[in-house]
Amino acid sequence: MDTLPVASGDAAEPLTPAQLRELYSLMVAVRHLDTSAIAWQRQGIIPGYAPELGQEAAQVGSGYAVDTTRDFVFPTYREMGVARTMGVDMVAYMSTHKATWHGGLYDPQESRLAPIQAVVAGSVLHAVGWAHGQTLAGTADGKLGVAMTYFGDGASSQGDVHEALNFAAVMNAPVVFFVQNNGWAISVPTERQVAGGSVAARAAGYGIPALQIDGDDVIAVVEATRRAFAHARSGNGPVLIEAMTYRRGPHSTSDDPGRYRSLDEERDGAGMDPLERLKQRLLADGIADEAFFAEALAAAKAEEEQIRTGIQALGSRPGTEMFDLVFQETTPALQAQAANWREESEHV
Amino acid sequence: MSNSTLESGKVHTPASTTVMSMQQALNRALDEVLAENPRTLIFGEDCGRLGGVFRITDGLQAKHGEQRVFDTPLAESGILGMSVGLAMAGFHPIPEVQFDGFAYPAINQIVCQIARMNYRSRGTLPMPITLRVPSFGGIRAPEHHGESLEALFAHVPGLKVVSPSNPHEAYHLLKYAATRPDPVIFMEPKSRYWQKGEVDTASHDADGGSPTGAKVMRAGRHLTLVAWGAMVARCLQVAELAAEDGIEIEVLDLRWLKPIDTAALAASVRKTRRAVVVHEAPLTSGLGAEVAQLITQSCFDTLKAPVERVTGFDVPYPSGDLEDEYIPNIDRILFGIQRVLEYKRG
Ligand SMILES: Cc1ncc(C[n+]2csc(CCOP(=O)(O)OP(=O)(O)O)c2C)c(N)n1
Repeated sequence: MDTLPVASGDAAEPLTPAQLRELYSLMVAVRHLDTSAIAWQRQGIIPGYAPELGQEAAQVGSGYAVDTTRDFVFPTYREMGVARTMGVDMVAYMSTHKATWHGGLYDPQESRLAPIQAVVAGSVLHAVGWAHGQTLAGTADGKLGVAMTYFGDGASSQGDVHEALNFAAVMNAPVVFFVQNNGWAISVPTERQVAGGSVAARAAGYGIPALQIDGDDVIAVVEATRRAFAHARSGNGPVLIEAMTYRRGPHSTSDDPGRYRSLDEERDGAGMDPLERLKQRLLADGIADEAFFAEALAAAKAEEEQIRTGIQALGSRPGTEMFDLVFQETTPALQAQAANWREESEHV
Repeated sequence: MSNSTLESGKVHTPASTTVMSMQQALNRALDEVLAENPRTLIFGEDCGRLGGVFRITDGLQAKHGEQRVFDTPLAESGILGMSVGLAMAGFHPIPEVQFDGFAYPAINQIVCQIARMNYRSRGTLPMPITLRVPSFGGIRAPEHHGESLEALFAHVPGLKVVSPSNPHEAYHLLKYAATRPDPVIFMEPKSRYWQKGEVDTASHDADGGSPTGAKVMRAGRHLTLVAWGAMVARCLQVAELAAEDGIEIEVLDLRWLKPIDTAALAASVRKTRRAVVVHEAPLTSGLGAEVAQLITQSCFDTLKAPVERVTGFDVPYPSGDLEDEYIPNIDRILFGIQRVLEYKRG
C-alpha cells in the first residue's frame, strides 16, 4: 500500500555505497548491543531489557532519515536501534534498563529523543503537539522540523492513537507515524489485535497518506522514511508508515514466547534476517567485502564492551534526586519529606 | 479476634489447608469462580493463551474455553468500557489491567461510567465488575509498573477497594469480590505473588470474622500497625523485631480499603492506644490520612499520641535502584513507632 505522493528532490536520491556501508555498520552495532543486553540481563548486570532482534532494519532505516538539527523523535521502550542511529549516548540510554532512572539519562532536548516511554502509545499525541508547534513557530526556510513517533501494532489499538491521527490530519501537522508491526503484542498476534490486518489502511479514514513497507529491507525503510519526512517538512501534513517486520526474540527478558508460538512459527514468521539481507545485497553489488563485514563486527564488539563498562560503572543516582527533580519549584511538604528521609536513612 | 494461629498454622491445620503461592491461590479462586458461575468472564491483555504476564489466569482458557477467558486488543479504556456493556447484559466481568500504571488510560471508564451506572440507573443497572490490578512496587519494574492507586480508587464514589496480603486472603477475598453485585477494585500486591503460605479453602476466617472486615494478623498491646497488601508482611517483620525489645505490636490488615472496617480499627486502637499507618503510596492525601482521621474520631479520648504515617513520598515512583528508599522499610517503620511511643503531650 502506498498512498503517499511520489517523492522529489533529495528524498528521491538513491543511497550511495558509503551510506549503504554505514547502514550496515549501524545495524551490526545495534544487533550486537541488543543481543549483548540480553546476555547482561542473564548475567545480572541489568534487571531487564526489551529486545529488538529482527527489527534492526526498521529502526536503523527510519532513524537514518532524522535530521537531529531540526527533527524530534518520540520512542517507546524498544527503540534502542533508533537511538543508536541518532547518535544518542548509549550508556545514558541503557541506564533505564539498568533501573537507574526511568526514561534514561540522556538529555532529550540535546539528543532530540524524548525520554523512553513505558506506556504503550503514550507519546503518540506528544508528537502531534510538538509537530503542530513547528507549524505555529514557522521556519525561515519554509522547511519544518518533523516529529516522528514510534509505536507497535498493539499500541495502535489505543484510543490515543486514533485521536493523534485525527488531530494530526486536522492540523496538518508535520508528523511521521512510524508503526513497527512486528507481528506480536506480547502474546497476541496482529490478526487478533488489528481488525483488517493493517494499521496503514486506517490512515485513509483520517485522510493521511500511508505506506506499508517491507520493514526488514533497510533500503526500503530509508527511502520510505525520507519520502515521508520530505512530505511533512514541506508543510503537506502527516504520513503513516507501517513497517512490516517480526519480533524474533521474546517481548522482554521476562517473557516466554514458547507459551504462545512454536519454533516453526517463529522461523516461518521471521523470514530472512535483515542483516543478512543487506549483506547479500552489498556483496552482490560489490559495495563491500568480507573484510568490511569483519571490521564492522569488530567495531561493534569494541563498542559493546565500552558501553558495558560504562553501564557497570554507573552507580545509583543519589536518593536526593528523587525529591529534587519532582518540580522546578519544590514544595514545603516535599522539602520536609526529603529532610526526614535524609535523617531516617542516615544519609545526612 | 486474633488470627495469628491461622496465619502461623502452628496450632490446628484443617484437612482443607494447602500450601500455595499467592499466584496459585488467585488462579484457583478464578478457576472456581468460573466453574461456579457461568456468567463470569475473564479478559484483558495476554490473559488468555499466555495466562497473563504474572500467570494468574494460567490454564483458565484451556479449561473454560475461549468464550469465557479471552485476550482483548491492547486498549484499557476498551477493556473497562466493554465491561460496562457486558455487565448490563447480565455477565460478571473479571477484567484485568496488566499493571497498575495502565489503569490510568481506563480511568475515564472506571470513574465516569463503572462507578456511576448503578446510581445513574437508580439501581437497575448494577455493575458486578471485579477489576484485578497487579499493584504496588517492590519488583524493580519499569516505569508505570508499580503504582499505589488505592486512594485514587477509594476516593471515587461507587467503587469498592480491597487488597489481599497473603495467599489465604487472596483466595478468599477474590472469591468474595467476584460474587458481589458492585464494582470492586482488587489490588494484588505483585511483590507477594510468589510468596507461599497456607490456604484453608474451606474457611476464610476460622473465628467467624466478616469477609468485609479488617483482620488482626498479630495481637499486641502497645501499638497498632495498620497496613494492607505487601506492607502487612513487612509490618509483621517489624512486630517480630520490636518484640525482642519487649514492645508488643498489633498488626491490623485492613483488607478492605473501601469501605474501611472502622469498628475493627477502633477496637484495636482502643486496646493499644497508639497507631501507625504504613502504606507504599505517597503521603499527601494518601489513605493513611483517612485511616488516621477514623482513628482520631473513634479513639480521641484514649489515644496517647497522634496517629503517625510511614509512607512512600510525594515523588513519582522511582526506578529500581531507588525503590528501597521509597517503599517504607523496617527502619522507617521503627522510626514511626518510636515517634509515637516517645510522644509527650505539650
Ligand atoms: C497502556 C499500556 N498497557 C499495557 C502495557 C503493557 N505492555 C507493554 S508492551 C505491550 C505490548 C505492546 O505491543 P506493541 O504495541 O505491538 O509493541 P511491541 O511490544 O511489539 O514492540 C503491553 C501489553 C503498557 N506498557 N502500556
